[in-house]
Formats: sequence, structure tokens, C-alpha cells
Amino acid sequence: MTVARVLPATLVGLILMFLALPIVVVMVVSFSSATYLTFPPPAFGLRWYSAYFASDDWLRSTWLSLWVAASVVVLATLLGTLAALGIARLPKALRVLASALILSPLIVPVIVVAIGIYYAFARYGLVGTPAGLILAHTCLAVPFVVTSVNASLAGIDPRLEQAALSLGATPTGTFFQITLPLIRPGVLVGALFAFITSFDELVVALFISGSGAVTLPRRMWDDLLYQIEPTIAAVSTLTIVLTVVLMGCAHLLGKRAAA
Amino acid sequence: MAGAGRGAKVTLSNLERSYDRVAAVAGVSLDILSGEFLTLLGPSGSGKSTTLMMIAGFEKPTGGDIAIDGKSVVAMPPYRRNIGMVFQNYALFPHLTAADNIGFPLKQRGVGKAEREKLVREALALMQLPDHGERYPRQLSGGQQQRVALARAIVFKPRLLLMDEPLGALDKQLRENLQLEMRRLHADLGITFIYVTHDQEEALTMSDRIAVMNAGLVAQVGRPEDLYDRPGSRFVASFLGESNFLPAIVRGIEDDVVVAECEGAIIRALCPGRPATGEKVMLTTRPERIRFADGAFASTAPQNRLSVTVTEAVFAGERCRYMLQARDGTAMVLKEPSSAAIRRRAVGERTEIAWSVADTILV
Amino acid sequence: MSEGVEIRFEGLAATRQSGVRLPWRLSWRPVMPLLLAAPLLLFMLVFYALPVLSMLMRSVNDPSWTLSHYASLTGDTVFLKVFSNTLYTSLTVTAGALLLGYPVALSLVRAPRYAPVILILILLPFWTSVLVRSYAWMVLLGRHGLINEALLAAGMIDQPLRILNTPLATQIAMVHILLPYMVLPIANALRQIDPSLARAASGLGATPWATFRQITLPLSMPGVAAGVLLVFVLALGFYITPAMVGGTREITLSMLIAQQVDQLNWAYAATLSVVLLATALAIIAAFYRLPGVGHTLRTSAR
Repeated sequence: MTVARVLPATLVGLILMFLALPIVVVMVVSFSSATYLTFPPPAFGLRWYSAYFASDDWLRSTWLSLWVAASVVVLATLLGTLAALGIARLPKALRVLASALILSPLIVPVIVVAIGIYYAFARYGLVGTPAGLILAHTCLAVPFVVTSVNASLAGIDPRLEQAALSLGATPTGTFFQITLPLIRPGVLVGALFAFITSFDELVVALFISGSGAVTLPRRMWDDLLYQIEPTIAAVSTLTIVLTVVLMGCAHLLGKRAAA
Repeated sequence: MAGAGRGAKVTLSNLERSYDRVAAVAGVSLDILSGEFLTLLGPSGSGKSTTLMMIAGFEKPTGGDIAIDGKSVVAMPPYRRNIGMVFQNYALFPHLTAADNIGFPLKQRGVGKAEREKLVREALALMQLPDHGERYPRQLSGGQQQRVALARAIVFKPRLLLMDEPLGALDKQLRENLQLEMRRLHADLGITFIYVTHDQEEALTMSDRIAVMNAGLVAQVGRPEDLYDRPGSRFVASFLGESNFLPAIVRGIEDDVVVAECEGAIIRALCPGRPATGEKVMLTTRPERIRFADGAFASTAPQNRLSVTVTEAVFAGERCRYMLQARDGTAMVLKEPSSAAIRRRAVGERTEIAWSVADTILV
Repeated sequence: MSEGVEIRFEGLAATRQSGVRLPWRLSWRPVMPLLLAAPLLLFMLVFYALPVLSMLMRSVNDPSWTLSHYASLTGDTVFLKVFSNTLYTSLTVTAGALLLGYPVALSLVRAPRYAPVILILILLPFWTSVLVRSYAWMVLLGRHGLINEALLAAGMIDQPLRILNTPLATQIAMVHILLPYMVLPIANALRQIDPSLARAASGLGATPWATFRQITLPLSMPGVAAGVLLVFVLALGFYITPAMVGGTREITLSMLIAQQVDQLNWAYAATLSVVLLATALAIIAAFYRLPGVGHTLRTSAR
């Protein structure tokens, strides 16, 4: 092991620790039994987890976030898949324009999107309602669905559609029997991303959740500003587990589809 | 050709396909006979694939007509044409098993499940893949996939089968085996096969007739041996097999034979037309039809003779290949079987070559 | 889609031959694709594009058509301070992410044995929400957080340092959160470098360091550019992290915008938003044209 090998390896190791450390710390703190934020924790226990499960507010927010995210999945996947299918077959100019609109939420700074939506939703009367959240989050989630379905579509050998037609399948038949099954992985990955995007979303929720539709991230934020209590660590750990599981699935699905 | 009644008759009339003023197909007229195995042969860009695509219905002609069994199909979408098609990369549906792939066209035609299963079983047996029905395409080898693709294309008993370089992705040995299988399949089914390839050996092996295409037009159509022995143009002569070209000046005509002067010698060649005396023409002959005049050979057929110098001698396993140069510089190639009994020529050797007048063509 | 729909097929140039992939596109009359895409397009127009645009318009039509809001920015010390702070933070964060991220990307590609582990260590934080990660830094950098406790225990300091609620905290946390966005494009670009090039250089007498400097590094530039672009633009718009760990003394542009909206100064907020958006777009436009950047961004998109 030469110096030339050890030094970079150590460096990289340190950087990787830097990456992993915060997450680990949060999870450790969540099992702390102290009331204030210290590390290392003086003792361990499930105090903050029970606090979470005992709290109506926390559970209500969790429930809201879950079913808003579920609704966003349905809406974004449906709209996004149809759009991806349509856009792929548009003439170039229209395709570029449509893609620009649909993918723009990825580029526009989220604060700008948030206050823009707030500006309009306040007039529509959608602030503080789950419906408002669902509508806004769908716009944020759709770019992921469209990108994912598009990637799947691009991977389909165009000669498969030709073969189907030559074998007597009508265009409609080709779509349902050949195209749709082959883009299923892309749709699923997009759906998973849509769920996570909505579930974790904070900035837009800060403005439009009002007092009637407090999502889980919004509640965590409010709690943080007023007291730094390790309950949040417990909630964070739970959300970490949830997102990691879902994203892990998406990652594996993506790899299997590419094979 | 077998079963003349079971195959479709295809007529291409002045078929054209242009993109932005570039003509991929510039006026192709062809009568494809019922039940024959016709190959469209040509280099890249000759328009052979485009022509096939128009017959299949995936390209719309910008001019001309396509008639199948007397009926024009140009306005008909591909899924109504009832034509079987095999693609170079097989185009098997990856999410369906081999059996489901083969059953797909039957499903589109509303064939009942029991009947479908029976026909699929028969097709798999015909392709010698009786136990592979439940496998997915990715679990099959290249040759097996191609057979499944074939089975899928014929299971619904079409009268016409189109093939777009189906063996291009396979290695030589497998290719040759499948070529024979396809010949057999053609003989068994008796339907019309239209085959596209750029491999002239493949075309010569498999076809009843070959249509040689170049730059969007049919250069010549005919039986393999006719095209090989009597190429109608320089292009066909050099594309199909190897050819020697001798520039000459016409000195006269005797019956069907033109007498021309080349390199100071008199060369006679078969010639269908009547060129004028003094006209500059090109004569051609195949390298394997020439032999060294001083070798052990006897023929009663009229011969052409020429003095040459050997410039290169290459031993290539089956044959020896000699590059020769005539008096005024014309280069020629001679191929003869390699055998211990035949003397190998040395570079620089001056000798005479001879070949049959019947093997000399004016192009 | 009825059976009677006429199908127009568009192939490409006549020189396409089998063996080369034919990018056929079955295009129904343009109506059908539009019908498929229209629901989403309309949806996004109504609930996203028009709201944002109408809000941005407040920067020029409040109270009536005027460019005064923009003009007054030049003399607006608060804005200038916040804007420069935002740019400065984004720059330092990008630089930090590049310095830390390049070695990690290199190790991902050079050490295939550890690659899955490294990938997990990059992806796991990447997958957790920004909120949780920012909270994690609050825990780490607080007065009784891990960093201070460790330094105290090691005897390096007598009193807890004040790291939380300073610009430094913002920078550290943002580097952490944005690091994966730097690593992935660079790793992608590195992976695409033909391995035989390094071997050729070595055979021609180049030391490993020289090979890296003259062959690998230049060829990885599209990935570096893509990563820098991504991180910088994301850093510009960051809100959650600076708000949680940066304190209130030096704020970013996004925080200023949020403040103004809380105070209902819509025109001002809109003007600031336009500035932020324009800056982001300008950077993207400038970088995207660099060779290979667009491609690297597209192929490393998850």
C-alpha cells in the first residue's frame, strides 16, 4: 500500500463519512431520551417515537401527507404518462415547447414557483386546502414522471411496433399490447418519484398549506422554529426509512428495465 | 418454384420514393411471380430496403403502384395487408414468450385459444423448437430467435413473406445453416418470398431470381446463373462476383459475336446488340474462367488468348489468385484451384492466358 | 383511435439501411399526440405557469406599467447585499462540492470493488429530504451538537463554537446536500472515457499523475461543467437550508423573497424573483452551450 494509494483512499473515506454522518446522527438522536438536542445522547429510549405516535397533530399531518402524495401519484402518473406518449410523436417545434413547459419546474427556483402558486391560489381559494396541495404538487411531480416514461419509450425498438402492425395489430391494438407493457417500468419509477416529491415537499407547502392542510414537512418546520425537540428526529428517521425504501425500489426497477 | 397457386403475385409499377428531392427509389418496375423466391440485391443506399418497406406498407410511395394478386395495396395500412415480415434484429416482443409471440398475429385475427395453441405448436415444431415455447426472447440464442421470428411471420398463412436482411446479425456458420433452412421452408410452404440482402453469395445461393438494384433502380433481374454468366452492365458484372474488364475497339460482328481489338490481340465476345465498328466498348470475363494457356487443358470451344506478365501471386487456400498485366497495362485477375499438380507461377513470368469466347461478354 | 385513421409514416433519409436503427415515427395526424399531451399542458398552465407568470408580472405592472421596481434595485443596498451574498455562497458551495466531489467520483469509477458501497453512501443522503438533512446539520452544528462536543472532548476548544446560524453553517450544509449532484455527472463523464487511452498514455511513458492531469482530467471536463452548472443553479435557489441553519444576519435571495411575500410586498417580491430566475437562466444558457454538457446532464439524469 503506497502513500499514493492510502492518501486518496483516506480522503475519499472522510468525504464519504461526511456524507453519511448527518443521517446517522439524526437516527441516533431519535433514540435519545434527553429533552434537548445533544450528541452523544446521554441515554437511549423510544421516548420520542411514542411522543410521535401519541400526538394527534403529528399523526394527522402524516396522514395528510400520505394521502396527498397518493393522490398526486395518481394524477401525475396519469397526466404525465399520457403527455409523454403524446409529446414523443409531436413535430419537433411543438415537442420542444411542450417539453420546456413540462420540465420547467426543475429549473425555476422553487421559491419562485411557491410564491407564484400562492399568489394565484390565494385568489382561487385553494390555500389551506388539501386540494390546493394536490394540484400544486402534481405540477412539481410531473417532470419526473414524464422524464421516466420518456426514457422508457426511447428504449423501445421502433421495429417492434412495425412488427406488430405487420402481424395484423391495429395502431390501437399495438399501443395496448406492445407499447404500454413495455413502458410499465418507466411509469412505475415515475410514480415512485412523484410520491416522494410530494411527501417531502416543503417550500410550496409553507405558503399554501395555511392552517387547514398542515403536511408533515410543514409541521416539522413549524416545530423546528419554535422548539428544537427530538420528536423531529424520530419523525425524520421514519421518513428517512420510508424514502430510502421507495427510492431503493425505484432504483432497482430502473436497473432492471435497463437490462 | 413450388405450389404456384399458394403464393401471391406482386407487381411493382414505376415505384418511386423520394425524400426532399433525393430519390431513394427512382422508378422500380418488377413482376414477382407467384411462389418464387426473389431477392433484392444491392449495396447500401440502392433502395432495396425502401422498396421492401413500401411493399410492407411502412413507407408510402411518392409515385407508382404496388399490386398484390392484382389488387393495388398502396392505400392499405400495413395491418390489413396480410403479409408476413421478418426483420434483421428479429423484433420479437420482449415481454411475451416465444409461444405468445408466435400466437400474436392469430390473436389479432380473432383465432380462438385452442386453435391458436395448436397452430403455435405446429409452427414451433416446424422450426425445430418444440420445447421452447415458454421461453422469453432473451433466453434464446440468435438463431433460435430468428426461427421464432420466422414462425411468427408464417403462422397466419400469408401468401407473401418479406425478409429484410434477416441473417445479417448471425455468424457465418449459423448464417449458412439458416440459408438452407429458408430454402427448405420456401419449398415446403410454396408462398412468395421477397428477400433483401447486400450479400451476393447469399443471393446466389437462395434465390429463384435476383433483382440487382443500384441507386434506386433495378439494374438487372434474372436467374442467378443468368446474372452471373451474362451480366448486363459493368455494375452487375462487378457487384456479383469478381470481373475482369477489357477496354476494346469494335472491329466487326460475326453472327452474335463481336470481334474487337484489345491490347493488340483480337478478342471475341458474346454480344446481344449490334455495336458499330470503331466503337469503344468494355468486355468482361470472370477470373475463374481464365486459365494459363500452357497448362494441361483442352477445349474445342473457341478461345480468346492474351499475352500477360504475372505481377502478383497469392495463395488463398482453395485457390491461387494471380494479378496479371497485359502489354498495354490492363490489369486482370486469374483464379485457379490450388493443387500440388498445378505449377505455381512466379512473379515476373511472361505467359499466355486463354479463355472461352462464350465466357466473354460485352457490357 | 379508430381503424379508419390514416397513418402517415415518416422515415428518415434514403441512406438508412437495415443494421442501422431506423428511427421510424408513426405519426397519426398531429391531432392525436396533441390530445394526449393537452390535459397535462392545460393543467400546468392553469395551476403553475399562469400563476407564476402573473405573479412575476407584478414586477412591471404595479401599480401600472413601470420599470421603476427594477431601476430602484441598483440603489437598493439590502438587495445588493443579499444578492451578492447569495452569489458568493453559491460560488463557495460549488467550489467545495467540486473539491470534495471529484475524488469521490473518481473512486466510484476507479475502484469497482467498492463502487456499490460508495454509490449507496452517495444515494442514501441524496434520497432523504432536504428538510431532514438540514435538520441533521442543526443537530451536528448546534452548541451541544456533535462537532462541538467532539472538539471539547479533544480539548481543542474551551467553549462551544458558534457554528450554527452562521454563513459557514449554510455553506457546510449546502455542500453536503448538493454533493451528489456534483458527483454523479462527473462519474458519468469519467465512465465514458475509453480505458485504453490511459493505457496508451502509460505505454508512451506518462506517469499516473501526468496521465490524470493530461488525459483524464481534460476529458472529464464536460462532466465537471455539468456538475458545476447543476450545483450552482440549485444553490442559487436554495431556501430551506439557509433558513434553517444560516441564521438571520446574512440571508439569501430566496429568504428575502419569502420575507417580502410575508409582508405582502408583492411587487418587490416579484422583482426579486425575476432577478433570481434570470440569473439562473443566464447561467444555464452560458454553460449549456459548452460541448458535452447537455449530453452529460441528460444521460446522468435519474
